[in-house]
Amino acid sequence: MSAVTTTPQAVGLPLPHESAALHVTGTALFTDDLVLRLPGVLHAHPVQSPHAHARVSRLDVAPAYDVPGVVRVLTADDVPGLNDAGTRHDEPLFPTEVMYHGHAVCWVLGDTLEAARLGSAAVVVDYEELPAIVGVRDAIAAASFQGAQPTVARGDVEAALVGAAHVFSGVTEMAGQEHFYLETHASVAVVDESGQVFVQSSTQHPTETQEVVAHVLGRASHEVTVQCLRMGGGFGGKEMQPHGYAAVAALGATLTGRPVRVRLTRQQDITMTGKRHGFHATWQVGFDDQGCLQALDVTLTADGGWSLDLSEPVLARALCHVDNAYFIPHFRAHGRIAQTHKTSSTAFRGFGGPQGMLVVEDVLGRCAPLLGVDATQLRRRNLYTPGQATPYGQEVRHAERAGLTWDQVVADGRVRERLAEIEAFNAAHPHTKRGLAVTPVKFGIAFNFTAFNQAGALVHVYKDGSVLINHGGTEMGQGLHTKMIQVAATALGVPLDRVRLAPTRTDKVPNTSATAASSGADLNGGAVKDACEQILARLDGIPGDTWEERVGAAYLQRVQLWAAGFYRTEGLHWDPATMTGHPFKYFAYGAAAAEVEVDGFTGSYTTRRVDIVHDVGDSLSPLVDLGQIEGGFVQGTGWLTLEDLRWDDADGRLLTHAASTYKLPSLSEMPPELHVALLPHAHEDGVVHGSKAVGEPPLMLAFSVREALRQAAAAFGPPGTSVELASPATPEAVYWALEKARTATQVVT
Amino acid sequence: MAEVIVNGTSRPLAGTPVHRSALDFLRGLGLTGAKEGCAEGECGACSILVARPDGEGSAWTAVNSCLVPAAALDGQEVLTAEGLGTPEDLHPVQRELADRGGSQCGYCTPGFVCSMAAEYYRTGRHANGHHDHEHGPNGFDLHALSGNLCRCTGYRPIRDAAWALGDPDAGDPLALRRAQPAPTPASTRLADGVGEFVRPGSLDEALALVADHPGATVLAGATDLGVDVNLRGARPAYVVAVDRLPELRQIAVDDPIEIGAALTLSEVERGLDGAVPLLDQVWPQFASRLIRNAATIGGNLGTASPIGDLPPALLALEATVVLSSPGAEREVPLADYFTGYRETRLRPGELIRSIRVPRPLATLTAFHKVAKRRYDDISSVAVAVALDVVDGVVTRARIGLGGVAATPLRALATEAALEGRPWMEATVEQAATVLAAEGTPMDDHRASAAYRAAMLGQSLRRTWAEVPA
Repeated sequence: MSAVTTTPQAVGLPLPHESAALHVTGTALFTDDLVLRLPGVLHAHPVQSPHAHARVSRLDVAPAYDVPGVVRVLTADDVPGLNDAGTRHDEPLFPTEVMYHGHAVCWVLGDTLEAARLGSAAVVVDYEELPAIVGVRDAIAAASFQGAQPTVARGDVEAALVGAAHVFSGVTEMAGQEHFYLETHASVAVVDESGQVFVQSSTQHPTETQEVVAHVLGRASHEVTVQCLRMGGGFGGKEMQPHGYAAVAALGATLTGRPVRVRLTRQQDITMTGKRHGFHATWQVGFDDQGCLQALDVTLTADGGWSLDLSEPVLARALCHVDNAYFIPHFRAHGRIAQTHKTSSTAFRGFGGPQGMLVVEDVLGRCAPLLGVDATQLRRRNLYTPGQATPYGQEVRHAERAGLTWDQVVADGRVRERLAEIEAFNAAHPHTKRGLAVTPVKFGIAFNFTAFNQAGALVHVYKDGSVLINHGGTEMGQGLHTKMIQVAATALGVPLDRVRLAPTRTDKVPNTSATAASSGADLNGGAVKDACEQILARLDGIPGDTWEERVGAAYLQRVQLWAAGFYRTEGLHWDPATMTGHPFKYFAYGAAAAEVEVDGFTGSYTTRRVDIVHDVGDSLSPLVDLGQIEGGFVQGTGWLTLEDLRWDDADGRLLTHAASTYKLPSLSEMPPELHVALLPHAHEDGVVHGSKAVGEPPLMLAFSVREALRQAAAAFGPPGTSVELASPATPEAVYWALEKARTATQVVT
Repeated sequence: MAEVIVNGTSRPLAGTPVHRSALDFLRGLGLTGAKEGCAEGECGACSILVARPDGEGSAWTAVNSCLVPAAALDGQEVLTAEGLGTPEDLHPVQRELADRGGSQCGYCTPGFVCSMAAEYYRTGRHANGHHDHEHGPNGFDLHALSGNLCRCTGYRPIRDAAWALGDPDAGDPLALRRAQPAPTPASTRLADGVGEFVRPGSLDEALALVADHPGATVLAGATDLGVDVNLRGARPAYVVAVDRLPELRQIAVDDPIEIGAALTLSEVERGLDGAVPLLDQVWPQFASRLIRNAATIGGNLGTASPIGDLPPALLALEATVVLSSPGAEREVPLADYFTGYRETRLRPGELIRSIRVPRPLATLTAFHKVAKRRYDDISSVAVAVALDVVDGVVTRARIGLGGVAATPLRALATEAALEGRPWMEATVEQAATVLAAEGTPMDDHRASAAYRAAMLGQSLRRTWAEVPA
């Protein structure tokens, strides 16, 4: 820190989003808002397959050219480079074999979107239908798998299960989730005056978008620049999925010389782009007489959809999170990826972590009554304590925070008193039951793939003392840019309004990682701070009473006033062959207590109250972090209760392919009482300003709602009823669960 | 000349394609505030404000601009988020949302701003001491935001922003605007090579146009047609807008109660003012405020969806439909009106003029909608129950069902199982079994057939639990 500054530290201030005033006035520009600034822009429309799996036997694009306004049809023949929309070489941009219902075969460019739409309807495609596998169970039965099949293991699972006092087994299935970012995928491409391809894209991973555009065009990366102004939500859905659409826009722009806009309609977006992986799990678990976990043996099958995309790292994270916050001495989690004829499953907030954790929460929720132990006590009893290590061999740093967050949420939420109140309420209400559950979160922070844990930044100080920062991270609403401005202002000791942040572009900061894995602030914050510190070091000893005077003097002394910053996370290693190592920089902890009320007539329910204690380290930006915690929690609740992806098992069509049929949480799902506290004294050494990542972990606090629903459903039956609950726990699912519990009553009485 | 007043500036409609939505029209003007999130009126990212009649004055009314054709706004006054405030001079609604973390990605935000501004300016919104989980201490009803989706915030800061709003300043021009009448509807005729949009000035003119153009598409709130245009490529050749015809916009709380077909559901709700308690149970569960501000009661019956929420209630109320044709009028009981999947007894050339609800109203009524989400979802099953119980005996039972057949229908067997029987648990249990077997429910993405059937029976048990003898 500069010795002369008296500016209060900007880090830690509860600031609104840096673009809030633009958001609320409709003047914050998103990619598709740029269209009006592009004279002569062409609009793109896909030709989508009506089959889940088929060979394209004939493609006749000539009729499209008879439609007035159609300018060009893009097909595989137009690709000068690689016909590949991804990085695994299994996603042809223009396929000859369609792999899911809605797969785009080719794209039509028109003077208007209407012309492109009508042109796409005129394209004639003949298909030779091939057998399709839609459901994950069918894929397992047919042994339709893709990619690696790793195992995380520790101890002697067989022996521990034999020796365990109580052994249970079961199957747990969970659905995927549509991202439903409010802004659908969008890219606009132009070829500039020097022949460079400039693509503006709603992408979480500008570098990879750049690389895919480059390989499709057969050009080097330095001929392609990708910029992301901001995204209208990403949630992982724009980590790998934007590349193909950007490539279509870029290809069209190079072929026609005109700007090309690709913006998916909501239906195109839902039917074409990837979603959260649904998972299937079989498990066997052993407990001792005190209810302590002895062994867990799990096989996880991720529903990968038609291509690998990010399924392997998603599966790896799932396997590393089956333990959640619980110590399991003997452990084996085997994983595999089903190949099904559906959209390719991809990253989604939590990245497999939630799916792995759901398994152990389901196990504990189902087994607690069978063990005769209260579920809250069972969970508390099994939490990690200091000195223990995860099944993949990483010591659980700050394991005491699992217990600290838990105990604080139990105290702040008056959980013991309310459990008694709920018991009384349930006894008095035959048609309505309440449930209250507490669940923990322990989530590993860092990309499992060590190389991704690096970031760059570019900080300019101009002669007038104003500061412009660029970094490799993208803004999707998570407040990363707000935090980066705070980091730069703090590092340089200047007021916040002296710092401006420019949009993310690959020609400013190259070779960036995806803004993903919750790591945006950790990595880019480190890089911004590094750049600022380099500049400050050069200013050392330069006289001046104010920042501006020192900057001016430095310029005259020919001191370089800009710097490129770099950061890499130290201490990480991971061996994918043995699935062991130290993949995470640290763990983020949290605990939530949720109370629900279930209507016995319909299974419908409301969440009455939620208490959360969450560990964000020393918060860089408390209002931003609060927003991530609340928003993540509600999004997780949507996944677990409401959002219901339904596929037609016969023809592979997505039946819930619009906002009218796929329901995400609305205001009616917001708990009327929502109390969020940040864990105090949570400084994290070795991370920018002692902070912690916050993007993903809070999503998994929503398990508390699912487990509370289980408790409430059980309350319709006799004491000790074990309830199996589908995921998502829709009102219908809860109704069948509580009906089953009621039947249990009849058997007993 | 056709024009729309957008944020106080006249914008010509000339050259606008007939089927262009108001959303695309506004965005074409360079206004980026209204955004497309779903193009079917489900997300509210496209919400704008329109000055609509309210008594002698007007109300800033939030609607989905993706559904309404630009042509339908001819002569109207429209506000977008840009018209409410600027980054340097935020509107109070914008200020509260911005300061409280109400925006994260910002894409849904301008739509929330417009929906919230409509409630901010709602005449009659005052701090009235009534504060619950849906109503703020400032009288702000969260249902005003039921048609807006946010994927980032979890809504708590948006709610807090809404509940922190005060009253508009005395000099606020948008508040003062409410004292003036809404613009009178223009006589619009707009054509391109694809279709023609006509807004007649009177019912007789409308009937003549519809008679002269077989196959004409009648447009009211556009909440159904707009979806067909946006999602299914519908491009009707001849559109007759009837939503502002004065003859279709009368309401009489009399015997019978008569409701003009072109009144929006929000207007019906205000006009009835609690006169039909069964309908008061329907309104908060019917789509969203954004949709209810546009959708009309006549349109709801005109589209004849089997999963509409209003037909079951109107069936239970024994409503009739008044159908007009040139020089003639007839009244059809709603129970006879639906003839098949989206088919009715409406003849070519006929328009729905009004809906009549006979008095006396049943003394015991209930409406049970089963859906995944509480706000703005489509029914898996909807059941409306209207019973007269005299001296402990059910003297009249009328039950309307939605979502269990190709049409909305009356549960006639269940009605028979109730009438003449004592209103007691045994009767209810027996009738619930009968009700669970009515209709022909299907499996689909909303619910299984078994759940739908179970919910039918449960609806009667629940009615009993809520209103026992």
